[in-house]
Amino acid sequence: MNTEHVDIGLARFSDWAFTSSVVVLVAAMVLLAVELAYSRGRKVESAELVGAATAATFGNGAATAATFGNGATVGADSATPGVVAAEPKRPLDERVGTAGLALVYIGIGFLLACIVLRGLATTRVPWGNMYEFINLTCFSGLIAAAVMLRRPQYRALWVFVLVPVLILLTVSGRWLYTNAAPVMPALQSYWLPIHVSVVSLGSGVFLVAGVASILFLLKMSPLGRPDTEGALARIVARLPDAQTLDRIAYRTTIFAFPVFGFGVIFGAIWAEEAWGRYWGWDPKETVSFIAWVIYAAYLHARSTAGWRDKKAAWINVVGFVAMVFNLFFINLVTVGLHSYAGVG
Amino acid sequence: MRRLFAYARNTWRTLTSMGTALVLLFLLALGAIPGALLPQRSLNEFKVEQYIAEHPTIGPWLDRLQAFAVFSSFWFTAIYVLLFISLVGCLTPRLIEHARSLRATPVAAPRNLSRLPKHHTAEVCGGADAVAAVVSDHLRGWRRTARKDGEITEISAEKGYLREFGNIVFHFSLLGLLVAVAAGKLFGYEGNVIVIADSGPGFCSASPAAFDSFRAGNTVDGTSLYPICLRVNDFHAHYLPSGQATSFSADIDYQAGSDLNTDSWRPYRLKVNEPLRVGGDRVYLQGHGYAPTFTVTFPDRQTRTQTLQFRPEDQITLLSSGAMRFDPPGGSYPDPDERRKNQIAIEGLFAPTEQLEGTLLSSSFPALNNPAVAVDIYKGDNGLDTGRPQSLFSLDPKLIDQKRLTKKARVNLRAGQETRLDDGTVVRFDGAVPFINVQVSHDPAQVWVLVFALTMMAGLLVSLVVRRRRVWVRLTPAGPGTVSVELGGLARTDNSGWGDEFDRLTRRLLADVPGAPAVSGEKVT
Repeated sequence: MNTEHVDIGLARFSDWAFTSSVVVLVAAMVLLAVELAYSRGRKVESAELVGAATAATFGNGAATAATFGNGATVGADSATPGVVAAEPKRPLDERVGTAGLALVYIGIGFLLACIVLRGLATTRVPWGNMYEFINLTCFSGLIAAAVMLRRPQYRALWVFVLVPVLILLTVSGRWLYTNAAPVMPALQSYWLPIHVSVVSLGSGVFLVAGVASILFLLKMSPLGRPDTEGALARIVARLPDAQTLDRIAYRTTIFAFPVFGFGVIFGAIWAEEAWGRYWGWDPKETVSFIAWVIYAAYLHARSTAGWRDKKAAWINVVGFVAMVFNLFFINLVTVGLHSYAGVG
Repeated sequence: MRRLFAYARNTWRTLTSMGTALVLLFLLALGAIPGALLPQRSLNEFKVEQYIAEHPTIGPWLDRLQAFAVFSSFWFTAIYVLLFISLVGCLTPRLIEHARSLRATPVAAPRNLSRLPKHHTAEVCGGADAVAAVVSDHLRGWRRTARKDGEITEISAEKGYLREFGNIVFHFSLLGLLVAVAAGKLFGYEGNVIVIADSGPGFCSASPAAFDSFRAGNTVDGTSLYPICLRVNDFHAHYLPSGQATSFSADIDYQAGSDLNTDSWRPYRLKVNEPLRVGGDRVYLQGHGYAPTFTVTFPDRQTRTQTLQFRPEDQITLLSSGAMRFDPPGGSYPDPDERRKNQIAIEGLFAPTEQLEGTLLSSSFPALNNPAVAVDIYKGDNGLDTGRPQSLFSLDPKLIDQKRLTKKARVNLRAGQETRLDDGTVVRFDGAVPFINVQVSHDPAQVWVLVFALTMMAGLLVSLVVRRRRVWVRLTPAGPGTVSVELGGLARTDNSGWGDEFDRLTRRLLADVPGAPAVSGEKVT
């Protein structure tokens, strides 16, 4: 290991923070999954208390999704005036869920510590290789989720955000781990902090959008019908209604789309400086272009009659697949100018 | 004739419809995929040939379908041309419509406001005109108009015109972007050349012949390249113990434009990420390697020395391969045929830091710590006079097969070591100097690409942030001193969150109206 340019102590603390983050997030996911799997009874009970109007919107995704724009249905069970339920002692599953959420925030904190300590250890921005880039992308995704899912009734969605994030973190820590080191000359530019951070912010937020669209499709599928039996259907029934999921997907996408677009443009400006041309259809550039076109198609589909619901959601999922493909296949399998990422 | 017209009109309508645009967007994304997965001629010709050789059945077919040059292929061009026609056809009417709407007054209120998805009613104190003034005041920033119909006052207000403006700017910027990229491809050129870092003659970008490789747009005939001359004094590379590079820089002198008349040189430190920008052109440091120096002492004791670049075979350790050809000095052999039998050729490997396994040479580090070569030395016709093009980095195998060139020795040499052939010729390896790979690029339109990319993003941001909203307020006198207020709203685009937004708007509009009850009217969900 190289000791001249790197503070080994800090680098080691960064690695510990990474491990802690993964452990804490796994624990959080388990707790949240427990809540998701065992809390059906209570939910139905409280829905009955509130009354028929809410029950009709709840779990009946197909009907509500047709009337977009009615944000007021969301959380109607707590906002409907006139019904004041006595505050019961919080049931066990809810306490488990809250504890899980607290662990999520602690995990995010550890991940932040991991990233910051890497930066301090190497005295450069901590996104100079695949390991660091994936950590930052996961961090962006978690922050985006923390913002979008801040209402208590969205807590159930955290499990589905944590699954891809933990897969990414596992891959990054297990197979793509790179010792703290200075970056190669091609990366020594003020564009490294700008381009990579913007791209990973966009990617992280797209991850949340992709998860929301997948859940939306689940909700719209036969599994989402209220009369469907089975464990999976019960879990699907616990999710927020289809319209909410769709709104989360849309809001995150319209945030991430320009961010990612700027990331690509910053990359092009950097490429002009480093590689001698602003655009050269390098595999990474090509797949970024593909992903951006797919998300553009998503936004167009959203305003086209007949494409609005399921088809648009499918497009969003395809966009998510393109982003994952761009992250792994292009950096790890094909050889291009972006293949420096400390792998191989 | 009429049927033809109808057919053309229907085709146009289909082409410019959103559904078609969506399909074309998909085709564009789909069509680009082989560009990422298959080797591309523009990036690596060698890999394309290798792919075709490895896939004898499918390879030639892919080649015929231009799958190795996706982004200049007929079908990819067709997709994006159709997409842009569709874009123009879709956006031009919207542009006209938008220009009209800028002058239009907001539309009159629908008869029954309670039919709108969001509406609200209240009874307030005051005269209809006074309440109308307060409400209208609160709608500052909206385009608004008041209509009076007898006793009833109606206010129509609309905002968010910028959304469509941003949308149109975004799409037309895309068109501008395409034109700028195309212009750059037509009028631009780029060339690569290897320059040895020995303060030597360097090179001048006066003609395409000065470059080792040159790619130019269709309008470039090579007669009016911007003249830049440069020579490389030194090249520095720093490496971590792992062999990973941490910095490359080349000290160069250059002259451009009027400097050429006065023969004045300007110094510059060329680095990765810090190209030299001069006269609208850019000079890049794109790669580096080593050029070994050999001295051949012919039997008549005359010497010839050459320094020539070897091709890096391993990018990490810079183990390189190459070849050199030496002609005996003029006059040693009066007969040209005799002279051709006594030419010397060297072919083999160069390692900047020697690592030997037996006699097998490899390199353990990319820096010039302990240079060594492992070379075959040939004597005979090295092909300099054949007139046939040869690789710079390898000898023509035909000459060896035909026994015109025969191997005389296979040796490992360190810097300063020499070997003697049986005829008395001495071949000495003197050492090596670095060379750099310089790229000169010219793209007069790239600044426009940036401008259009930025207007595109600005348009996109505006179209995503601004929301189109309409509200109507109907004030009907309901008795002495009271007015019945009916409000209705419509989210014309992006209606997520419109419910809360309308409630907030209602509260704000009625905030200063005396006697307005707190907003609690029926909320339609």
